[in-house]
Amino acid sequence: MSAELVSELEAPRHRTWRTRAVSTLGPVTALSGLIWAMVQPYRVTLLHPDGQSFWWLVVEPPLLVIVVGLLFHFVVLPGLLEDLRKSDDAAVR
Amino acid sequence: MQPSAEHVHWLFATGFLILGLCLLGEAIVGSEVWRRRWWRAHLWPGILFLMGLLMWPVMTFYTNSTVHMLAHGSWAEVLTLAGGVELALVRGKLSSPWWRLTMALAFLVSGSGLLIHEQNGWLFQRSSFLHHLMGWTLVVGAVVPVARCIRPRSVAVGSTFALTVVVIAVYLYCDRDLAPVFGHLSPLAGVQHR
Repeated sequence: MSAELVSELEAPRHRTWRTRAVSTLGPVTALSGLIWAMVQPYRVTLLHPDGQSFWWLVVEPPLLVIVVGLLFHFVVLPGLLEDLRKSDDAAVR
Repeated sequence: MQPSAEHVHWLFATGFLILGLCLLGEAIVGSEVWRRRWWRAHLWPGILFLMGLLMWPVMTFYTNSTVHMLAHGSWAEVLTLAGGVELALVRGKLSSPWWRLTMALAFLVSGSGLLIHEQNGWLFQRSSFLHHLMGWTLVVGAVVPVARCIRPRSVAVGSTFALTVVVIAVYLYCDRDLAPVFGHLSPLAGVQHR
C-alpha cells in the first residue's frame, strides 16, 4: 500500500477518535448530573420548593451539572467540530 | 440575601466544571484547533480570571476567622494571576510558555492554603475531610501543570490537567456546611442542620 494512501486512511481514523471523544463530553456530564439527581433527589430543591430561600432554589448542584453539560454540547461543540473537520481536511491536502 | 458557604462552594464547583470541560476539549482537539475562534481561545482563561475576581468578594464577606480570610485572599491572588497570565498568553502579550508555571504556583498556594487553614482532623466533619483531600490533591497535582509546561502538546498531560480540575469540582460539589463524612461527625462540630 502506498504511503500516500496510508496517510489518507490514517487522517479520518484520527479525526473519528477525536470527534467521538470531544462529542461525548457534554452528554456524559449531563448524564452524570441526571444520575446524581435521581440518586439524591433531596438535593434538587425544585422538587420540594415550599419554604426554600432564593439560593436554595437557584443553586442546585445536580441541575448545574446538567446545565454545564448541555451548554458545552450545544454552544461549544458545534463550532469545535467544524474547526476540527477543517483542520483535518487541510492536513490531508 | 448572602448565600451560605455551601452555595458559594457549589457555584465555584460549577466554574471549575466548565473550566475542566473546556480544558479537556482543548486537550483532545489540540490548542491549534481550540484557538481557531477568538471567543473559544479566551473562554477558559477568562473563566479562570473571573473566578479569581469573584474570590475577592468571598474573602471580603466570609470572614468567620482570620485564617479563612487569609486563605480566601491567597486563592483570589493566585487564581487572578493564573487567569491573567493565561489570557496574556492567548492574546500574545506574553510569549514564553514558562509563564504557565503560574498555574503550578496556583496549585501549590491553593493546596497549602487548604491544608494550613483546616485546623481539624480528616474525620471531624465532611468539610474538614474535603479540605484535606483537596489540599493534598492540589499539592501533589502541582506536578501536572509543570508537566504541561514541558509537554504542552501531550494529550495525556492535557487530559490529566483537565481531569484534576474536574476532580476539584467534584470535591466542591460534595461540600456541605455541616455534615458527616463516612458516618463520622464530631460532637464538637455541632448538629447537622439539613
